[in-house]
Amino acid sequence: MATTGDLILEVNNIEVVYAKAIQALRGLSLAVPKGKIVALLGSNGAGKSTVLKAVSALLPMENGLVTEGRISFDGETVEQSAPHKLVRRGLFHVMEGRRIFGDLTVEENLTAATYALTGRSGITPDFDIVYRYFPRLAERRKSIAGYLSGGEQQMLAIGRALVAKPRVILLDEPSLGLAPLLVEEIFGIIARINAEEGVSMLLVEQNASVALSIAHYGYIMETGRIVIDGPTEKLVADRDVQEFYLGLAHKSYRDIKHYKRRKRWLS
Amino acid sequence: MAVEFIDIVETSLAGIGTGSLMALTGVAFVIIYKATKVINLAIGEMLMIGAFVFYGFSAGLALPIWASVPLTLVVAALIGGLIERTMIRPLLKDNPVSVFMVTIGLTSVLIGVVELVWSAEPRRLPEFLPSQPVLLGDAFIPSKTAYSFVIAAAAMAVLITVFAFWRGGIALRATATDRAAASSVGIDVPGVFSFSWMLAAVVAALAGILVGSVGGISSAMGLFGLSVFVVVIVGGLDSILGALIAGLFIGWLEAMVGRFMGGEFKLLATFTILLVVLVVRPYGLFGTHEIERL
Ligand SMILES: Nc1ncnc2c1ncn2[C@@H]1O[C@H](COP(=O)(O)OP(=O)(O)OP(=O)(O)O)[C@@H](O)[C@H]1O
Ligand SMILES: [Mg+2]
Repeated sequence: MATTGDLILEVNNIEVVYAKAIQALRGLSLAVPKGKIVALLGSNGAGKSTVLKAVSALLPMENGLVTEGRISFDGETVEQSAPHKLVRRGLFHVMEGRRIFGDLTVEENLTAATYALTGRSGITPDFDIVYRYFPRLAERRKSIAGYLSGGEQQMLAIGRALVAKPRVILLDEPSLGLAPLLVEEIFGIIARINAEEGVSMLLVEQNASVALSIAHYGYIMETGRIVIDGPTEKLVADRDVQEFYLGLAHKSYRDIKHYKRRKRWLS
Repeated sequence: MAVEFIDIVETSLAGIGTGSLMALTGVAFVIIYKATKVINLAIGEMLMIGAFVFYGFSAGLALPIWASVPLTLVVAALIGGLIERTMIRPLLKDNPVSVFMVTIGLTSVLIGVVELVWSAEPRRLPEFLPSQPVLLGDAFIPSKTAYSFVIAAAAMAVLITVFAFWRGGIALRATATDRAAASSVGIDVPGVFSFSWMLAAVVAALAGILVGSVGGISSAMGLFGLSVFVVVIVGGLDSILGALIAGLFIGWLEAMVGRFMGGEFKLLATFTILLVVLVVRPYGLFGTHEIERL
């Protein structure tokens, strides 16, 4: 693994509790090297979104609290206080379910994201970069965002991140509710953004195969902790990952027992 | 009974004059509601404290008008910011009902402050609007009504232009739609909350100065807020345009009913309109509900 200086994001042994009662993460650690795409995979309710919300300091808005551990962005500790300041420092969270501003136009949504540039001198807002990656948004720049198709809304959500000129983007299930062809198109663009703009990414997905197709490194989590991690080539070659996350083979009860044994051993 | 045309015109104009002040106060209410989703029952009392602060500067300290008005607006902004920081923000994570209850408490606090500092006695503001009645064709309009209408209209024009063209208007609307998403794109959401309370307090104080200069001031003048609630419910809680149109309409309606049917029918007419709107359009005439793609 890379040394601390090469990491844009480092999560160390964090525990997260919602509403002072529900423990969502138990001693979770992960790291995102500069310029890389790291995938965070897992099934429903595993705690993937919680990891992202902890990193972007949005947890307190949902009555969640990081009770243990440390998160650092570019070497500095992330405080759970002011999410907008973190965005202005270059950490952008594209939230689950797109969360575009439905009654604003496409262009106004992008304008809202220019607040991320507050306090950063010498950067002028650039919407053309958004329209270059997503030409479809250019045609609809004056449309009310709430009436865009699901795919266009996802493009807009990523487009807002582009306006913010971040150093790391947290992407929460960009494939959610999209047709397979569109998923491939959007993931292709995500990979291009990473390669061309040099933005690091922490990519949360349930769709493991498409996520691993563009990621450099992957973590698989279950019920609040990491169970398997490794470089993508190693993960896709792993028999258990193939069976249980990429759905390449039939699952029999014996396999599941075997998997559970191995998981316990790994964690 | 023959109703003279000129009488209708004069009554209408007077009603629209009062209506413009309801509209302006309604806009103050809407600004807070839009940004924070707080139903501020103390909007009438914020108007009142603005009027008294103006009284303090212009009569108490005998400052000239050109100094008293800006000073009043600055003090109002500070009061608005103070209310938000001390009473509203600590509760924003709680349910809306508790914040709503706090604004009820706020009405008593503001009335208490005014009665402590200035006593409960009604007072008159120093005359500062020209006293020549305005002649519109053959119709007379009392000067204070006419000038306060012009000032209220100008203030609303400024507000609407600013919200349409200034980036902060987008920040306000984004915060109104989705707080977490607004923070996630770099908007300072607590800052937007503070700002909206400060701006609303300024707008309410301006309305207070105008209402006070027409009808005098007293610690009970916050009752003006009652008509304003009808205005914002009819116009839509989150619609500035709605507050504007409903304000003018209800001001006009009350004047007409009061003049030609008798004062006792005013409330009846107002609340009939309120009921009809609530039944036909629960979100108000111009209020929004979420866009739903089917
Ligand atoms: N605001 C909240 N309050 C209470 N519990 C929550 C909250 N958000 C999430 N949880 C709980 O925390 C756990 C992890 O949820 P999280 O949303 O992080 O899962 P996820 O891996 O993103 O799932 P999905 O793939 O369905 O989005 C779940 O058990 C969930 O019920
Ligand atoms: Mg999730």
